[in-house]
Amino acid sequence: MSLDVARERPSTSLFYNPRLRGFLWQAILILIVGFLSYEAIVNAATNMRARGIPTDFSFWDRVASFDINQTLITYSATSTYGRAFMVGLLNTLLVAAIGVFLATFLGFFIGIARLSKNFVVSKLASIYVEVMRNTPLLLQLLFIYNAVLKPLPNPRDSISFGAGIYFNNRGLVVPDPQFAPGSGFILIAAALGIAASFAFKLYAKRRQFESGEILPIARVSAALILMPPILAYLLAGQPISFDTPVLRGFNFVGGMRVLPEFVALVVGLSVYTAAFIAEIVRAGILSVSHGQTEAAQSLGLSRTHTLKLVVVPQALRVILPPLTNQFLALTKNSSLAVFIGYPDLVQVFAGTVLNQTGAAVQVIAITMAVYLVISLITAMIMNVYNRRMALVER
Amino acid sequence: MSLYLRRDDAPLMPPPERVGGAWGWLREHIFSGWVSGPLALAFIALIGWVLPDLIRFFILDAIWIADDGAACRVLGTGACWAFVDRKLDFFRYGSYPGSEHWRVDLVLMIGTVLSARLLWPDGQKSKGALFAFLFGIPLFIFLMMPGPAAVMREPGVELGILAFGVTLASVLEWSKLRTLWVGIFYFFIFPIISVYLLKGSAVLGLMQVDTNLWGGIFLSLLVATVGIVFSLPAGVLLALGRRSELPAVRFFSILYIEFVRGVPFITVLFMANTMLPLFVPDNWSPDRLMRPIIGFALFAAAYMAEEVRGGLQAIPKGQSEGAMALGLSYWQRMRLIILPQALTLVIPGIVNIFISLFKDTTLVAIVGIFDFLRAIDAARIDPVWSGPTVSPTVYAFAAAFYFLFCFGMSRYSQMMEERLNAGRRR
Repeated sequence: MSLDVARERPSTSLFYNPRLRGFLWQAILILIVGFLSYEAIVNAATNMRARGIPTDFSFWDRVASFDINQTLITYSATSTYGRAFMVGLLNTLLVAAIGVFLATFLGFFIGIARLSKNFVVSKLASIYVEVMRNTPLLLQLLFIYNAVLKPLPNPRDSISFGAGIYFNNRGLVVPDPQFAPGSGFILIAAALGIAASFAFKLYAKRRQFESGEILPIARVSAALILMPPILAYLLAGQPISFDTPVLRGFNFVGGMRVLPEFVALVVGLSVYTAAFIAEIVRAGILSVSHGQTEAAQSLGLSRTHTLKLVVVPQALRVILPPLTNQFLALTKNSSLAVFIGYPDLVQVFAGTVLNQTGAAVQVIAITMAVYLVISLITAMIMNVYNRRMALVER
Repeated sequence: MSLYLRRDDAPLMPPPERVGGAWGWLREHIFSGWVSGPLALAFIALIGWVLPDLIRFFILDAIWIADDGAACRVLGTGACWAFVDRKLDFFRYGSYPGSEHWRVDLVLMIGTVLSARLLWPDGQKSKGALFAFLFGIPLFIFLMMPGPAAVMREPGVELGILAFGVTLASVLEWSKLRTLWVGIFYFFIFPIISVYLLKGSAVLGLMQVDTNLWGGIFLSLLVATVGIVFSLPAGVLLALGRRSELPAVRFFSILYIEFVRGVPFITVLFMANTMLPLFVPDNWSPDRLMRPIIGFALFAAAYMAEEVRGGLQAIPKGQSEGAMALGLSYWQRMRLIILPQALTLVIPGIVNIFISLFKDTTLVAIVGIFDFLRAIDAARIDPVWSGPTVSPTVYAFAAAFYFLFCFGMSRYSQMMEERLNAGRRR
């Protein structure tokens, strides 16, 4: 009986039809979003016209007429706003690249130190992590910049590290490498050396697979990578020389000067992010179950092989996605440069250029787009990697 | 392949040596290996080198009482705590007029007691916990904000606020008011009371205080609270939207979340500050304090959404299907079945987001808001006090403040994690 009732199609009103309701909700949402964006655009147009704010991108090619104190490409006060944008972008990328490198290095070191059985080492590592993670990055940056770097002695009493490296309240002065013609050969030799080492590794792998014989990959590769550039350097007549800084009057002449703002930003970003990376590394290593290590040991693998072939590949699968997030966070956090006056993208473009041109909407849209593009590219690379690394399950 | 196989037994190894006593402990825990042993020695040397200097600077040689910077400028003196003491009112309230400080104190007292009530896990409280809730929390916020100096100035008002805090905590505890009602009061009625108290109103006979004058710790807490309070419901909605079956809803949610998470907070603040006034009709233009707070709340919501989504994904599909079979509607399913489970699952993650949001409140200084860190940095360059020790002192003070808050929150999240895992543990 009840089956018959169930087979009968219940007659409900159209109002309760889930598909129709879905369409209705979405239509309402689209209408609201559309209305709000329309209103925002109309309001923005009126407001911008009323206040005389430019609405196009013509400022891009106009002369910027302000100076930037660190430029990786040629730039002067007569360059365009577009050029200033490039300078800012490159400065951001420079800080991010160096910061990512240092933070990863420090983070892995501290993360592993936290797992150490050694009482002193692990305790100190956890104190470092707790202090860094629980204070704002901005506070750390201001501290490094205002309380550590600013009170350094003036150039005449610089702290010397030897080899022409000096540290003072105007920044870090290091010897500037000069590349005479012929330096290109060194680069080519280095590239060839790296290619050769890869080829050797492939050969050694195949050899091991066929005969079981193990070739000393590490030593041969080191020789293959190091020897060609050194030989090329000697053969080309030592084309690289160093311009060492010399104290003359009140400041150094020659050499390369690294801004204190740059030093503060790189150090601040790396030590802060390193604490987060350390936690990720620790969690990753702990995620490899003990049985894996024991199984590897019972197969007779040495400690190095256990780490290299069993623990690290599995830990990396856990570590890499959050690690990339930290790299992105570091890149985004480099915008804190604006607080200490390092000329990064936000300081140069969303700061000075925005104030001079008044083109708020365009400038902020471009700035945001840059960070979005960086995030999207990284996310795409990570997705490809994840697909390759993902556990293959039935 | 055969080269890999061992043909005879491995030689027997002697049993590991066992050394007891202090030397054994040292050998096992400190000088355990060729890398970590020397490393530990180096660290111990570093501590021995730095720690005495730190103690001397911050405690032994510190200047505790002084009228101006002269005493702190003497060569070889340590931290200038006298400066912090002098500027304490500025650090706590910004330029909020001194005679009106009690209004801030009152708002903070109510807010702290209510938050503590909401954050306290349900269930039987121990005697110590009850005592901490009834007296400890009101006393803590009282000592942190008005402080003993304010009591000397206006004993009636300030002690009254403390008494009010204790009474409020007792009422909340003994009346056994349901958490839901406390939540409704906290999220809807408390904000209205606070705005009237802080801004002032002619009806209540309170002096108008312009938002330009707000600042210090009080403003940092305000920005953080508004952002966090807004971000929770908004984050839940966005997370539901991202997992919705309706493509348009999903699209807009993903667009919003990924956009906000892909850009630095500073650019969001710039946008809120310069573009928000352009997007609305002229007479709607938000207050200059409102703009960064809106930006902060929008920013926080995207991060919260991702955390909540993690919780939603961890709930097995059977839960939703079971609820459907009972004939519950979408919102009933979410409200009664899915969200309670998903949210308890991610409480630790949510608290971690609170921590990073609280740290991010320092960035609002870029659009001219006088939060705690900005107040610190502005006071630091006061010519009357300027000296080499002033900067390290105030930064250490600020670091201690932020550390106290964030570390406390992270401990709380660990405690919750353990409590929540109680049901899962076997």
